[in-house]
Amino acid sequence: MNIIVCMKQVPDTAARIKIKGDGKGIETSGVSYVVNPYDEYAVEEALRLKEKAGGEVVVISLGPDRATEAIRTCLAMGADRGVHLKDPSFEDADPFVTAQLLAKALSGMDYDLILCGKQAVDDNACFVGPALAEGLGIPQATVITKLTLAEDAKSVTVEREVEGGREVLQLPLPALVTAQKGLNEPRYASLPGIMKAKKKEIKVMDAAAVGVSGDDVKQKIETVSLSPAPERTAGKIIPGEPSEAVKELVRLLKEEAKAL
Amino acid sequence: MSGVMVIAEIKEGKVKKSSFEVTAAARSLCDQSGAEVSVALAGSGVEGLAGEFGTYGADKVYLLDDPKLQPYSTDGFTAALARLIEEKSPDAVLAGNSILARDLLPRLAARLGSGLMTDCIEISIEDGHLTGLYPVYGSKARAKARCAGEKPHFATIRPNVIAAEAADPPRSAAVEKVAPALEAVRTTVLDNIRETGGKVELTEASVIVSGGRGVKNAENFKILEELAAVLGAAIGASRVAVDSGWRSHADQVGQTGKVVNPRLYIACGISGSVQHLAGMGTSRTIVAINSDPEAPIFEKADYGIVGDLFTVVPLLTEELKKALDN
Repeated sequence: MNIIVCMKQVPDTAARIKIKGDGKGIETSGVSYVVNPYDEYAVEEALRLKEKAGGEVVVISLGPDRATEAIRTCLAMGADRGVHLKDPSFEDADPFVTAQLLAKALSGMDYDLILCGKQAVDDNACFVGPALAEGLGIPQATVITKLTLAEDAKSVTVEREVEGGREVLQLPLPALVTAQKGLNEPRYASLPGIMKAKKKEIKVMDAAAVGVSGDDVKQKIETVSLSPAPERTAGKIIPGEPSEAVKELVRLLKEEAKAL
Repeated sequence: MSGVMVIAEIKEGKVKKSSFEVTAAARSLCDQSGAEVSVALAGSGVEGLAGEFGTYGADKVYLLDDPKLQPYSTDGFTAALARLIEEKSPDAVLAGNSILARDLLPRLAARLGSGLMTDCIEISIEDGHLTGLYPVYGSKARAKARCAGEKPHFATIRPNVIAAEAADPPRSAAVEKVAPALEAVRTTVLDNIRETGGKVELTEASVIVSGGRGVKNAENFKILEELAAVLGAAIGASRVAVDSGWRSHADQVGQTGKVVNPRLYIACGISGSVQHLAGMGTSRTIVAINSDPEAPIFEKADYGIVGDLFTVVPLLTEELKKALDN
């Protein structure tokens, strides 16, 4: 099995977000970056598949220099090698461009299964997985919570979240799936894992290596401005005995908030 | 402007409320220009649903009715809708933000060479560009963005942001049957496991009762369910409640769960981490019930009661029963 995991490095979900002066990006100094949580499930599932069926796990990521650390984290978990798409012209890549670049980079590689997180927790676009599957012309299953490889290794059966329940879907390989929470519990990198990861290969691919230029990296979605989310302010704490407080709450919900 | 197309979604034989919301949103986008609002209704045996969209302002319904479009498949819907969009060339294509939309629209947009703005809480057309506002960075910031490049432009809209109000004047949408382009579907649905069939979908619920660490175990969620029954509410849960195995992950609200946007959110025994707030921060009214007066949820709640939820919640259920009976 040749397994590819697409990974994005994102600000830690607990990080404070400060918007830059130009209003188009965030202040990156002082922000700690992590592997996108949903991509961790993808890495873990890839490793479990490899442990069962053999093969190789390759982690590919598009990002600036610092993305190397996130790739290294995945290698420490047990992935075999990394590919880092890095070029000054990639810096403003939106999800559309990212999917295009990944499709170009992967089209020259052998793969049976591609795993992505169901979304990146920074831009929440949920775009790259399906768009990459489209770019490669392979079937997809999004928001999966279970994956089983067929005995002949020619298909996978997944459980995926649908409204009100789950759907069991079979996909012929090669295919792309996106990982939802519940798929597995990602492992922590072990100390030997971290030591080994230092020697594993991370291949850097720039625009020329990916085979793109100019319009290939033109954004489809332009950010006009970023603004802080409006802060909710503390409301009323309703005092008194529970029975009294509850009466007052119902009155407020009805008369003031008109929420009933 | 050559119009806005809405991709309708059907669940359990009915049009989803969010599809009507998006139709109403498309109507207000087109009212500036007088352009056409069309709806793409795809499925099998769905003709009877086509008549409902005029109320919300649709001028036209394209009916793609074929047994091969049931159940939903990414391949089948992408092929059918891509062809329809190419033929009718709307300027914008919109859908309610749902699990299905997040599976279909990225693939559809990619096939047609477009980007997608996901989970918009505002939508407009500025200088001819579809422009949206959507939460980013765990809802700590909002991005105003616009679609560049060739049309059509694509966006999904968060449920409960725009009211599904009847258009004034209501229209009678012309129904045009379209033979859908069919492509081989590579995936096979082996089973469909209903878990909350018939219940209110969390992401579209108007009222949510949610429980966290303070609920202490799975059985205790019963008192939240009793409250929810009175309010016609959906049940949500914090990450702690899900990770402890008290509720299924489908119920989780927060940055690694669902984003909800109800009229009323009642948080019971939830401390209110930033990750939880990322999932429910746009709720119109938030009520917090927590025994810890220092819980951060009280800084975000409109109304708070400091007290034991095992005392307060049943009292609230009784009080609401009385209030709603009147």
